[in-house]
Amino acid sequence: MAHFDENAKPFSNKWLDERIGLNTLMRVLNTEYWIPKNINFLWAMGMVLAATFGILLVSGIFLLMYYKPDANLAFDSINYTIMSEVGYGWLWRHIHGVGASIVFLIIYIHMFTGIYYGSYKRGRELIWLSGMGLFVAFSAEAFSGYMLPWGQMSYWAGMVITELFAGGSLEAVGLVEWIRGDYVPGDAYLTRFFMLHVLLIPLVIIGLIVLHFGTLRLPHVNNQEGEEIDYEEAAKLYKEGNVKESKVIPFSPVFLSKDLFVMGVYFILFFYLVFYHFDFAMDPVNFDPADGLKTPAHIYPEWYFLWSYEILRPFSKDIGLIAFAFAQVVFFLLPFMDRSPNVAPAHKRGLFQIWFWVLLVDMIILTAMGKLPPTDPTFAFVGLVSAVLFLLMWPILIIITKFEKKIEKGA
Amino acid sequence: MRELKILAVVVFFSLLTYYLVEPYAHHEMHKKVDADGNEIKIESRGFVYDGAADVEEAERAGDKELVAKKKAFWSDVKKISKLKGNATAGEAGFGMCMGCHNGANMNMGGVIPPSLDHAGAIYEKDYLIALIKDPAMASNVDHKYADTMTHPMGSIKTMFTDDQSIADVVAYLMTKKAGEVTPKEAFSEACMRCHAMRYAKTTQLGDTPKFKHEKDALAHKIKVIEEQDMVKAYMGKLPPDLSMIIRARGAHFMETFIENPQTQLPGTSMPRVGLSHEGYEKVKEYLTEIGDPSKKHREEVGPWVILFFIIFTILAYLWKKEKWRGHH
Repeated sequence: MAHFDENAKPFSNKWLDERIGLNTLMRVLNTEYWIPKNINFLWAMGMVLAATFGILLVSGIFLLMYYKPDANLAFDSINYTIMSEVGYGWLWRHIHGVGASIVFLIIYIHMFTGIYYGSYKRGRELIWLSGMGLFVAFSAEAFSGYMLPWGQMSYWAGMVITELFAGGSLEAVGLVEWIRGDYVPGDAYLTRFFMLHVLLIPLVIIGLIVLHFGTLRLPHVNNQEGEEIDYEEAAKLYKEGNVKESKVIPFSPVFLSKDLFVMGVYFILFFYLVFYHFDFAMDPVNFDPADGLKTPAHIYPEWYFLWSYEILRPFSKDIGLIAFAFAQVVFFLLPFMDRSPNVAPAHKRGLFQIWFWVLLVDMIILTAMGKLPPTDPTFAFVGLVSAVLFLLMWPILIIITKFEKKIEKGA
Repeated sequence: MRELKILAVVVFFSLLTYYLVEPYAHHEMHKKVDADGNEIKIESRGFVYDGAADVEEAERAGDKELVAKKKAFWSDVKKISKLKGNATAGEAGFGMCMGCHNGANMNMGGVIPPSLDHAGAIYEKDYLIALIKDPAMASNVDHKYADTMTHPMGSIKTMFTDDQSIADVVAYLMTKKAGEVTPKEAFSEACMRCHAMRYAKTTQLGDTPKFKHEKDALAHKIKVIEEQDMVKAYMGKLPPDLSMIIRARGAHFMETFIENPQTQLPGTSMPRVGLSHEGYEKVKEYLTEIGDPSKKHREEVGPWVILFFIIFTILAYLWKKEKWRGHH
């Protein structure tokens, strides 16, 4: 057994260090967790996401105290009890609703930052994969949460999405019924999605966040130039006091101080939306109670699912499902489809730069077309073209990155 | 500066996406088009009822006979509107209204005739004239009564046969029934005969009383169900509970729909109720009070929370500057 100083005061620094390695922990996770200096505010999106998740968790706990997962009570427990009887219930609900929507904006910014700067490449594959795992888990969390108010959109979105599991011409209605626990979404359906939303998926998310942070520790964060940094040398310089010459900064407090500033700016926007502009996140249609005999004129998912919805929609049933399934998993494969050895920002990678912006714009067009009524032939056509383009982007990526010129180190 | 450029790119694409999926998509989704595919602009006419909207509707439907009928009807209304009504003479006429609008909470021909206690304060004058002249035409649901049904208030045509008597009774309503009205009264008189509001504990029969015995509560419930069945039979379906309607529909929809239901839901059995602008504001106030009670708190708390984060951001910036000193 290790040696324990008998004079160490309980819970003093020394006492704790001997028992849980406090100083080592602080060093490894904070003061000597080196972050490159050459970064911009986009590198703060990870902490912004962590903070938003925290906000969702806390507001969710408060909502959970009053929400009733029962098809007869759910709607009123939110819209009446929480909104008009619980003190500041409205505030928690609006924070939760806006947070759930805005978290996807930050996730997409975070993802496209990773793609632009090549932060998924050799050595960082697991960061990308665990991040994509988080994206899927957040999507499931968002969908299951969307069921809980039991309004018209909850009901009909639940109907449409679970129907996908019938697998088109496979007609696996048995599977769909098994998922719903009924022929149509009802009480059994609501309670199981409630369980998923408040327990199982949050557990998975927390686990994946830990994994995501863990995968980051050894490869370190990428930087604006994709430069490979000798961390030992840079850390030595920093610790000797040559903070100007050193290429790195410690996570805490230097990197964190910038994170906190970016978070502040973000929270100003966030709470502006919470108080004055929440309709985009809380669809008015969902303030009509669920009614299985009255289909809304337009059924559409929340904005962050629209691009993949539009990949499903323009094709015939089976092809659409296959394309949709492809779109769900293809981002996982990015580190293996990008064949270029260059870790560099897109603007230094020739054709890849064009590929990046085309992908971004195409996904925005898909997002727009996913909501616009497909009965308009122009929208339907634009939707089809951009969905086909999205599918073609991936073989194109393999080809253009295979022939990408290697960037010489130090150039 | 590079950071600001990157920020500009992020903001640009975020706003573009927002514009496409929110204002633009919603406009496209709810757009109404005529037979030639031209967009029909639905605008509020300021809660003034002159029949122009009804005539346009008939023209769009291409029904020349109907156009002529509507034009004639509304020009008659205009004529009566110009007459000088005598409120004292109108009082006698109003006695006839009291035959049905008597507060007895009794269903007559489908609905309970609403109280007219504040009619002059919440309804528009020309609308009242039109309503007395021909209820189905005034409320723009004449399509419902084309064949076999008669409007439950249809018999009024036989009570007020000359223009002056209509002008008189409307003058009476506009002066003697125009006292101060609360938002709840406005809602009860204009909407409640068809729409329940469960968050306010009201039904088509009015406020639900507190009962000591469950038996009495159940008996009341049965009465409510019977009343709702009659409304349902008359309207085709039970009109929706309005507890959350203020959040379920946008401001523009509410305004144009209440002014003239046919614009937003062509063929709907909901009648135009003829609220004046002030009347609409009162009803809206009540719907907000029940359906969006946090609005006031939001507006009170919002600035303080945002101020807090502005100060937070300034402090964070100063801390960042201090920590990064000498790093570049």
